[in-house]
Formats: sequence, C-alpha cells, structure tokens
Amino acid sequence: MTEQNKTLLRGARILGGEPQDVLIEGGTVAEIGQGLRAADAEVVETGGAVLLPGLVDLHTHLREPGREDSETVLTGTRAAAKGGYTAVHAMANTFPVADTAGVVEQVWRLGKEYGYCDVRPVGAVTVGLEGKQLAELGAMHDSAAEVRVFSDDGKCVDDAVIMRRALEYVKAFDGVVAQHAQEPRLTAGAQMNEGIVSAELGLQGWPAVAEESIIARDVLLAAHVGSRVHICHLSTAGSVEIVRWAKSKGWNVTAEVTPHHLLLTDELVRSYNPVYKVNPPLRTEADVMALREALADGTIDCVATDHAPHPHEDKDCEWGAAAMGMVGLETALSVVQHTMVDTGLLDWAQVADRMSFRPAAIGRLEGHGRPVSPGEPANLVLLDADYRGQVDPAGFASRSANTPYQGRELPGRVTHTWLRGRPTVVDSKLVGAAGAV
Amino acid sequence: MKRHLISAADLTRDDAVLILDTAEEMARFADRPIKKLPTLRGRTIVNLFFEDSTRTRISFEAAAKRLSADVINFSAKGSSVSKGESLKDTALTLEAMGADGVVIRHGDSGAPHRLATSGWIGGSVINAGDGTHEHPTQALLDAFTMRRRLVGEEGAALDGKRITIVGDILHSRVARSNVHLLSTLGAHVTLVAPPTLLPIGVDSWPCEVSYDLDAVLTKSDAVMMLRVQRERMNAAFFPTEREYARRYGLDGERMARMPEDAIVMHPGPMNRGMEITAEVADSPRCTAVEQVANGVSIRMAVMYLLLGGSEPALSRDDTARTEENN
Amino acid sequence: MDDNSANLHPARPVLEAPDIKRVLTRIAHEIVERAKGADDVVLLGIPTRGVFLARRLAAKLEEITGSAIPVGSLDITMYRDDLRLGPARALAHTEIPADGVDGRLVVLVDDVLYSGRTIRAALDALGDIGRPRAVQLAVLVDRGHRELPIRADYVGKNLPTSQRETVKVQLTEEDGHDGVLLGVRSTESAAHTEGPEDTGDTEDTGDAAPSRHGTAPAG
Repeated sequence: MTEQNKTLLRGARILGGEPQDVLIEGGTVAEIGQGLRAADAEVVETGGAVLLPGLVDLHTHLREPGREDSETVLTGTRAAAKGGYTAVHAMANTFPVADTAGVVEQVWRLGKEYGYCDVRPVGAVTVGLEGKQLAELGAMHDSAAEVRVFSDDGKCVDDAVIMRRALEYVKAFDGVVAQHAQEPRLTAGAQMNEGIVSAELGLQGWPAVAEESIIARDVLLAAHVGSRVHICHLSTAGSVEIVRWAKSKGWNVTAEVTPHHLLLTDELVRSYNPVYKVNPPLRTEADVMALREALADGTIDCVATDHAPHPHEDKDCEWGAAAMGMVGLETALSVVQHTMVDTGLLDWAQVADRMSFRPAAIGRLEGHGRPVSPGEPANLVLLDADYRGQVDPAGFASRSANTPYQGRELPGRVTHTWLRGRPTVVDSKLVGAAGAV
Repeated sequence: MKRHLISAADLTRDDAVLILDTAEEMARFADRPIKKLPTLRGRTIVNLFFEDSTRTRISFEAAAKRLSADVINFSAKGSSVSKGESLKDTALTLEAMGADGVVIRHGDSGAPHRLATSGWIGGSVINAGDGTHEHPTQALLDAFTMRRRLVGEEGAALDGKRITIVGDILHSRVARSNVHLLSTLGAHVTLVAPPTLLPIGVDSWPCEVSYDLDAVLTKSDAVMMLRVQRERMNAAFFPTEREYARRYGLDGERMARMPEDAIVMHPGPMNRGMEITAEVADSPRCTAVEQVANGVSIRMAVMYLLLGGSEPALSRDDTARTEENN
Repeated sequence: MDDNSANLHPARPVLEAPDIKRVLTRIAHEIVERAKGADDVVLLGIPTRGVFLARRLAAKLEEITGSAIPVGSLDITMYRDDLRLGPARALAHTEIPADGVDGRLVVLVDDVLYSGRTIRAALDALGDIGRPRAVQLAVLVDRGHRELPIRADYVGKNLPTSQRETVKVQLTEEDGHDGVLLGVRSTESAAHTEGPEDTGDTEDTGDAAPSRHGTAPAG
C-alpha cells in the first residue's frame, strides 16, 4: 500500500473548537492554522467534523490466541480503527494466557504487522489467571511488547496477599495492576445485578458489595505499599464513592468505566436476552447516573470498552448458558457522545482526556494520548458528530456481533482514523494498512 | 397477543379467574367414567423436561391426554441434550415435529421466556418451572385449591384472604409465581423466612415480609409451607435443620394456633420433620394431596385456553412484561 | 354507524312472551305424551339459554305429572367441530343430575336449531357421560339450514329464514324479558368481535361461525 505523505484536513474542529486546517506530514502533525496550502497533499474536506487524538483503550479482548472464532488481532484492531482507536490494550485472558513474555510478544507482533492500531498487551498478574503465583511480570515488562499494565481481568485477584505482592512488585518498573474487582464467594453463580430485578427474574444476584469490597481493600493496599492501582470497569455508585475517597487521600488510584455502564441498566435483563449479560453486570439507573457524574468530575479517569467478542452460539441460547460480555470498540465513541456530550456533562476536550490522554498516561503508553498540535504524532480521529444512525452489527469489522445496541439510534460516526499519519479508516471504511493481508 | 404462559405476573385478574373457572369445569369431567375430551385432538404437545420432575411431567401429561392431544415426552436425560445440544437446536427439532405446545421445565431462569421470544418455535410455551424464577401452573393450582377451600364460589377471586408463604423464598419459583398471582387475585400475601432465604429486592414485591412465623400464623387463612432443601444448611443459609424446624417449621402446636378454618398447603414433595411435621402433613387441614389432583384440572384449563382455539382466550395484552424492551 | 345499520334492519318480533309460554306448555305436554308419563325423562339444557328453557320445561312437566323431573345442563364447547375457527372459548357449566342418564330418556333442550352442529356435539358429549335409553331434542325455534342429518322431536316454532337473517332469543333469566326477534345480519356487525353485550344474540350458539370468546359463562 502506498502511504500518504501529506494530508490536509480542511475545517476540522480540533477538540470541538473553531474550524481550522491541519496538515499531517510524515507521521506527525506539521501545521495548524487557517487557509493552509499544500499543493501535494491529499485534501480531506471535514465539513466541521470534530478532530480528536486517536483513542486509547485500556481494556480490549482480542481473543487471539485461542478464541479466534470470536476475534483475532486482525479483526479486533480493524474494529478498533473503525471506532477511532489508535492503541488498544489486549487483555491477558487468552488461551494460552498472556502470562509470559512469549505470548505477549506474539500478540504485540501481530498488531504491529497488521498495522491498524497499536496493540499493547496486558500481562497476567498470576500464572494462568489462577490467582496463586505471580506471573513473570518483570520479563513481560522487559519484553518487546513493553507490558506496563497487568491484570487477571475476567477473574479477580482475590487473595489479599497476592494482590499486595503484585502491587509492590510492579513498583520496580512503574507498572500498574488493573483489578477486576469481583469478590468470588459473593458472586458464585451470579447472573445479574442483585436487586429488584434479579429478585423478580429469579436470576442469582451479583451484589454491588462484591465489587466495592474489593475496591476498598485494594485502594487501601495500594496506599499501604505506595503503589498505584487501576480499577477496571467500575459499575456501581458505591465504587465511585470509594474511588473518590481514595483520590481525596492523594492515593494513586485510577479507574475506568465502560460505555455500556454509562447507558444500560439491569431493567434490560427482563428480556432474558443474553446480549445484556456482561461482567460486571448492568446496574441500576442510579448507578448509571453516578458513573456519568464521576466520569465528568474526573473521579473516573477514563472510558474503557471491555470489548468482549463472543461467537453467535454463545449468545443465541438461554441466559444461564450464555457467555458474559459485549463488543464495544465500534460504538464506544457514539455511546460517550450520547451519554456524556449530548447531555452536556463533557465537552470534546474532556472526551479526548477521558478516552485518549488519561488511558495513555495510565498505561504509560508513549506516542499516544498526545495533544493535537504541531510536532505531535498524527494519531487522530475525525468524528462526524452530527450523524445519527442505527447500530447495525452487520457493518462491524469485529468478528462478533454481540452488541447490546443493535437497532438503537446513536449519534456520531468516525469518518477517518490516522495511525502515525497513515489513514486506517477513510470515509468510515477501513483502508489497507501496512502489512495487512 | 399472549400465546404463552411464562409468568404468573402476565395474568390479569380476569385471565386468572377464567383459568380457575375453566379448571372447575375440567374437574367435573374428572368424575365421569370417560374422562377424555376430544378438544385437542390432532394437537401435539411436547413435554420438554431439562430437569427431573416426574410429578410435574405426569400431571401435564395426564392433562394433555385427557384433552386428546398427542403427547411427546422429551427428557433431557439420556438425550442429545446431555450430549451438548443447545436449547435452540432442541427447539428447532420440536418445531420440525410440529409441536403446537411446548411444556418446558428448565434449570435456568428465563429459559421458557427465551424459547417463547427467540423465534425458534411457533407453538405456545407453557412454563413448567424455570430455575428460581416462576412456576405459574403451580401457583394457579394453589389458588384453585384456596378458592375451593376458603371461598367456595366460582367466578370469585381471593379478595381479602390472608395467605402466608413460609420457607426458602429465595430459591422458590413457587413463591414468586404465588406472590404475583395471589396479589392479582386480591389476597394479602405474607412471606415468612429467615432473612438469608429472602431475596434482596423482596421489598418491591406486592406482599409483606416477616421473620416471625408465630406472629403471622394466627392471622392466616392459608399457610403454604415450602420445601427447604437440606443442602442449604451447608451454604450457611441457616445453622442447623433443628433450628430451622424450630423457628420456621409447622408442627401440631403451631397449627392449633391457626384460625379454625385455615388450611395448610405444600407444593410437595414434603420434607417431613423439616418444614412440616407428619402430624400436620397428615391432618385434614393439609391440602397437599388435593393440590396434586387439582394440578391436572388447572393444566387442562391452561392447555385448553391456550390451544383450544385458533388463538388463546387469555387477554391480548401486547405490553406484557414478557416482551422485549427494545 | 351501528345505530344506522340497526335502523336499516330492524329486528322483527316473531314470538312474544305469551307465545313462548304457550309453546313451552305444548312441548311439555308432547313430552309427557310421547314418553308415556315422563317417569324416566331427564332434561339437559344446552347453555346458555337452553338451560333456562330446560328448567321452564321441567317446571311445566312437574305441574303436569306431579313429580319432579331431573334437569341439568350440558356444555358442548369442548366437543365443537369449529374450535379452531375462533379463539378459545370460555366453558359453560355441565351439570348432570345426580342419578345420571343411564337408561333414561334424555331430552336435549336448546333455543335455536340451525346447522345441527351443536346437537351433534351434544350427542358426543352425552355419549361420554352415559348411555341413555333414548335421546330426544326440544327446541324453541327451528330456523332450518341443517348441515347434518339431525331433526328436532319437539319444536316451538318452525321459522323459515334466510342465512342472512338472524334469530335472537331473549329470555327473562338472561335478558330481562322473553321474546324471539328476526333480524338481518349487517355485514358490519357480522365482522364485529362480540363482547359481553352481545349475549342477547344466541342463534349462533354452536351452530354458526361468529365467535364468542373471553366471556365468562353466566351462572
């Protein structure tokens, strides 16, 4: 494929500001101003579209190796590019588990070869996600994959001693442990949020306290050992309160929220449609409102998709037999626009902060999450924020279609994505990337 | 259009009374030398049982056969289901066989709902118990038994009757269905259980909750004792069987404090010595055996009203809660 | 719209209360005569209005013979041959007198005889209850148009009708007054879904297509 050396964006609204021209050259943002000229540049008439830094996801399940029937590094990074992402953190719960330098390097290399989106693997905290023995965190850190985030996501590091050791150990190389906060005994067999709806539906409840008690313990542990901890997919109002308190103490705690927890509630489970089955479960309206507020005031640092693809047969079944999780990469920005921007809770600069700057900073990811200014890497996404359309999974680049938004009207459409100046998405369509087959 | 019976919560008061009245007519046929009716001749009803429940299956089978339906029993044990065939594939098989009605018992809450709304099959779905969700025909036969014993009048509901349900509410589909149906029929329901066996969120149900059986007994027209599985003790829901029986079991002494005409109900099978003593179980006030007999009449009524015409006789409420939210 | 169609096709009374009284008395006498005393007669009315007619006949018979005549009701809904042509119907009562029907002369009583399908269903239902010595049929009105080889043994009034016409029997017990009305079915009302108010129109009970559903049986 030929690389575009120069691209001129006309009338782009950087972080939602006044329309300006942006010249991309040689992988970086070369110039920003009014009436820029570049005779040899490809011109993109943006029509006042919003220009944001390329999005960074701290929480993506690419499924490769092991579950290539649901997603691969190729399909997952294509989905990421379509969603406006230029970097994703690939979770460790693959088969085999990403608990050695070998596995994380394989995933990293695949991402690099395909070239749609940078893939930064997340390393497992414990061997085989078993929660018993620390994985070789240092080796993963030192590998070519440059692992900085460690997580047993899908499972909670529930043993307090193991969690303490992990938090302490990663201090040596400024790593961060991303905790999937789920007290296992309180959630054995749990199917949905415990509350009014679970009582009626007869589905085993997943109490908020199972999440909150782990978060409370872990922020205390992180403070005690002087390390930093990141909380995955915060889902309850109580979790927000604990994180807010921990931050008020000056402790090094960060947190993410998924798009679906900003929008959907457990009332949807009344349909028994497994597309709404997810971990952590959909909570109540009050939780959703608390999460939005916390994302707005910065208590929650960032939005992470928890993109969790599953093959059709794992969702086309009864609730109890269904897998947990939703795809999210290709709808995340739309859901955030719908829940946070259109409601006035965030402006586009803050969206850039919550979906690019902060996740890159938490993951210590260089070259991403940078301001849109001359000299910076041209990792960019152009968003037609005025677009309104129904979600149709048939158009997904992801191999899986388990979206809870099918048929729902959502605002915003990613029209272009650039990875270091090279377009991965043009006019909302993927373009061949370097190394792509 | 309500083609299915998934939840007692979907029944309007008129629906419920119509089913009870229809069951009374069905009960009359049961006394005749020829119990069979030609009504569902040519219809095929499949009993799809993913959980063992010989009692319930036999009751549905007897009901279907008395209405002359062809009955196919499909038990998950020893079938392709135990070899990993999905509910969907099983459903598609039944559809290919031309099932007009599917009676489903499943260990997962919501499986009948899924079967009815997924588009896998075209026939009517009757929930014969799903996980810890609902068991609507059990609630209907309980209401039928109560109406006969406490009201004795057809066309009537259960207005003002005080019904107490005691035991493992948390895991009980019978309790969930009964709370919905009995409150629809105008009864005042009180649930009695140790707090560990009540679901979080129970305060939103249309009933009262008490932890004290003795306080409620004297104000009860019917006391329904739920089976308490001994395994629950190991999961720390209560300390010992003895303590459970002492605090929440029904013995002769407690029964004596109930109002004179009050009845004792049990959906069976009973754990004698646990939630109910032999003395109570065998007393004329205990309706357990009657409930079984009434079960056939109720299931005949439900099958007739769902399958006896070109469309069901139950109310056409398109906003039923079984519909998807989006 | 409904009012207009009603005005366009006013129902015409063909039997008034005194007429009904008179024909029931005559039928009662005929039964006694044919049964040679009515000792073993059992009257079974077909719900809804057949049951009231059966009770009236039983009272007459008692007047005539001086002894009580067993009377009951026989719901034929579950035996209908057109169940699948309409929504599932609410059942009416079946109440067989205590001594049963075995070896008895059963007189089935209905308000209108039309296609004969109701009576076919009633004979099937009766066969599941016992084995009468003989079965006879008494109707208030025979309007013709039989679709099965069935005839009435006792007829209050033969009423030649066209299929476009409707015969409406009204009885005090159900409708507040006695009378039989002959009207014309408007195309609109034929398409109406019947509600509880329509119980006045009984000519179709069991015998013709228009459906009734969702209505709990009276009594």
